[in-house]
Amino acid sequence: MEFRRKDLLGIVDLEPEEIRLILDTAASFKEISIRPIKKVPTLRGKMMMTVFYEPSTRTRTSFEVAAKRLSADTQSLTVAASSAVKGETLADTAHNLEAMNPDVLVIRHYASGAPHFLAQRLKCGVINAGDGLHEHPTQALLDLLTVQEAKGRLDGLKIAIIGDIAHSRVARSDILAFTKMGSQVTVAGPATLLPPYLETLGATVTTSLVEAVRGADVIMMLRLQLERMSQGFISTLREYRQFFGLEPRHLQLAKDDAIIMHPGPLNRGVEISPEVADGPHSLILEQVTNGVAVRMAVLYFLIGGEKG
Amino acid sequence: MSLLIKGGLVVDPSRHLEEPLDLLVDKGKIVAVEPPGQIPDNGRRIISAPGLVVAPGLIDMHVHLREPGEEYKETIATGTRAAVQGGFTAVAAMPNTRPVNDTAAVTRLILTQAREAGNARVYPVGAISMGSKGQALSEYGDLKAAGAVALSDDGQPVSSSLLMRRAMEYARTFDLPIISHCEDLELRADGVMHEGRVSLQLGLKGIPAAAEEVMVYRDLTLCRLTGARLHIAHVSTGGSVAIIRLAKAMGLPVTAETAPHYFSLTEAAVLGYDTNAKVNPPLRTDLDATSIKEALRDGTLDAIATDHAPHSSLEKEVEFNAAAFGLIGLETSLGLTLKLVQAGDLSLLQAISRLSTGPAQALGVEGGTLAVGAAADITLIDLNREWTVDANTFASRSRNCPFNGWTLKGKAVMTIVGGKVVWEE
Repeated sequence: MEFRRKDLLGIVDLEPEEIRLILDTAASFKEISIRPIKKVPTLRGKMMMTVFYEPSTRTRTSFEVAAKRLSADTQSLTVAASSAVKGETLADTAHNLEAMNPDVLVIRHYASGAPHFLAQRLKCGVINAGDGLHEHPTQALLDLLTVQEAKGRLDGLKIAIIGDIAHSRVARSDILAFTKMGSQVTVAGPATLLPPYLETLGATVTTSLVEAVRGADVIMMLRLQLERMSQGFISTLREYRQFFGLEPRHLQLAKDDAIIMHPGPLNRGVEISPEVADGPHSLILEQVTNGVAVRMAVLYFLIGGEKG
Repeated sequence: MSLLIKGGLVVDPSRHLEEPLDLLVDKGKIVAVEPPGQIPDNGRRIISAPGLVVAPGLIDMHVHLREPGEEYKETIATGTRAAVQGGFTAVAAMPNTRPVNDTAAVTRLILTQAREAGNARVYPVGAISMGSKGQALSEYGDLKAAGAVALSDDGQPVSSSLLMRRAMEYARTFDLPIISHCEDLELRADGVMHEGRVSLQLGLKGIPAAAEEVMVYRDLTLCRLTGARLHIAHVSTGGSVAIIRLAKAMGLPVTAETAPHYFSLTEAAVLGYDTNAKVNPPLRTDLDATSIKEALRDGTLDAIATDHAPHSSLEKEVEFNAAAFGLIGLETSLGLTLKLVQAGDLSLLQAISRLSTGPAQALGVEGGTLAVGAAADITLIDLNREWTVDANTFASRSRNCPFNGWTLKGKAVMTIVGGKVVWEE
C-alpha cells in the first residue's frame, strides 16, 4: 500500500488501507517526540505554510511542532476574517503564497470547501486543517490513533459522539472515519443540533445522551459554542448541561473500560463535567500528543520522499 | 418585405396545432397559414423549413439583464442577443437592477435600450416596492403606462404579509400580475444550497424546501383574499407543486413557472463545490425534479423560464459560501426542455406551450401563437441538431453555466421578431 495524494482534504476521500498506513506511521513517529533530541531530518529543506482564516492555537501549533520534528521549515499566516472580506480573494492570496514555493499549504477556513478550492488551483499540496462545517481530517485521524492505542483495534467498537453535531466538522470527519474502520457510531444531541439525513452517513441518531452512552466503548463530547443559545438552537446552558452534559453517573452505563475524548477546547461544566474531563477514563491530553504524530505522518506522506 | 416559411412542421399550442403548414409573414404580422404549397412564392423571401419545427416565438418570462447598473455581467444588448440565439423572441426583465426598476423612468430606459439593440422584445417587470425594500408600494399605474407588464420583488421577496396583500390589491387595480419569488428569508437563514444529504456531506448550510413552500402557501392564500393575478416564480419543490395544483383546482387566478435547472439537475450538482450550481432556490432532489416534470406535463406549471442570472468570475470564482446565487440559461433552455420531449416526459406541443404560449398568457402579453393577425414572432427549431454546450461561445457576457460540456439534441436555428430575422445560424 502506498499513499499517493497531492492533498489531504477529507476523510471521505481516504480508503481504509490509507488510513491504516497513516496510523501505523504516526505510531512509529511517536517515539521521536520522547527522544532527548526530538528531531529527524526527514523533511529537511521542505516548507510548510499554515494559513488560518479562523483562530486556532492547538491545531496550528500541532502542525508546526510536527513539521519541526521532521526538520521542515514553517511559516504561518493569520488572516483576520474582516480583512479578508475587503481584501484580496482567496485565490489571489493562495497564488501569492504559492509564489514563495511552499511544499504544502495547511489551511483552516470558515468556508466549507475552501481547501478544495485551493487544491484545484495550486500545484503544492493542500492539507485541510478544518473547513467550515465540513471536515477536519487530521483531527479524525488523531482520534482514530487514540482509540486504536487504547482499544487495540478500530473495528466492532461502539462510538458515541455527543453534542452540537450540526456545526461540527469534527463530528462529520469522525463519523466517516470510525464507520470506515468498522465501528458503529451513534450521535446524540438536541434535534436542533442534529442535521437531517445524518443516518445517510452511516450513523445511528438519537436525541438521548443516555441512549448513546449505553454500552459505548468511546464517548466523544463536542464543544458547545456559547452563541448557540442566542441563535435559538438551545434554551439555556443549565438545561443543556442537564440533558447533554457528560457526568460521572453516565459512565456507569458505558463499558467498564470506556474512554472519554474531546477535541477541545473544553467548556468545563457545560458539555463535560470536570470530574469526567480529569478522571481516569479521559484521554483528552493523549489526543493532543497523538495530534503531533498524526500530522507528522501526513506531512511525511504528502511531501516526504521522492514525490516531494 | 414579406417572408414565406415553407415546408416546416407548425407547432402552435394556442390552437393545439401540430401539422405541416406554410406560413406567410408581411409587415410584421402573420398574414396566412396554409397547407404546404398553397401560398405562391411571388418573389418573396423564401425560408425553406423542411425538417424544422415552426413555433411561436419562445418567451422567457424570468430574465436578469443586469442593465442598468451591472453592465459588467450583462447588458440589455448582450442579454437579448443571448435570447435570440437561444430561440427566444421576448424576455421579461426582472427589476433588481441598479437602480431598481421601480419608476417609469427606469422602465423607459430599459425599453429604449432594448429597441436600440434590436434583438428580442423586452417586457420590463416593475418592482413591487420602492427599491424592492419591502416597505412602500411603487407606482404601478405609472410603471404600466411606461410599459411594465408585471410586478415583482424577485430576489428580495416581500416579507410583510400585509404589504403583499396591499401589493396584490393595488396590482389588481391596474390589472398587473404579481410575480412572487417565494422565500421565507428567516427560514432560509444563511443557507447556500438545498438542505439534504448533499448539504450534510459538504458541510454547507441548507435551505429547506419549506422556506419556499410556506411562502407559496402564503401568497396563494393572499391571492384568494385579494383576487389578484398571481404568478409563482421558479418553483423548485414537489411541495410547492402540490399546493399550486390545489390552488388551481380551486380556481384561483394563479400561474407558475419552473426553470430548466430544476428538472435537469439535482443537489448532487453541487458536489465538488461547483459555484455554477449555486442558485436560489437551490437545486433540489430527484423526487422534486420528478414532481416538476409531472407538473409541466399536467399544466400545473404553465411556463419554463430560465431565471437567467449572469454573474462574472468576481462573484463565482470564490469560496462556495461567498459566491453569488444564479446561473445563466437563455442559450440552453430550449435544448434542456427538448430533453424532456426525448425522454417522453412532455409532448412537443406541451414543450412549446411551456416555452411560449404559457408564458405569454401568464404575462398577458402578445405572442405565443401563430394565428393569422398575430405578430410575426417565430422560432425555427431543428429537433435533430446535436450540439455541445460551450459557454465560451455564448452571446451572454457571463459564463456561469453548469451545463458546460453537455451534449444536447435540438436547437433554434432561426429567430424572427416582428417579421424580421434577428438571428439565424
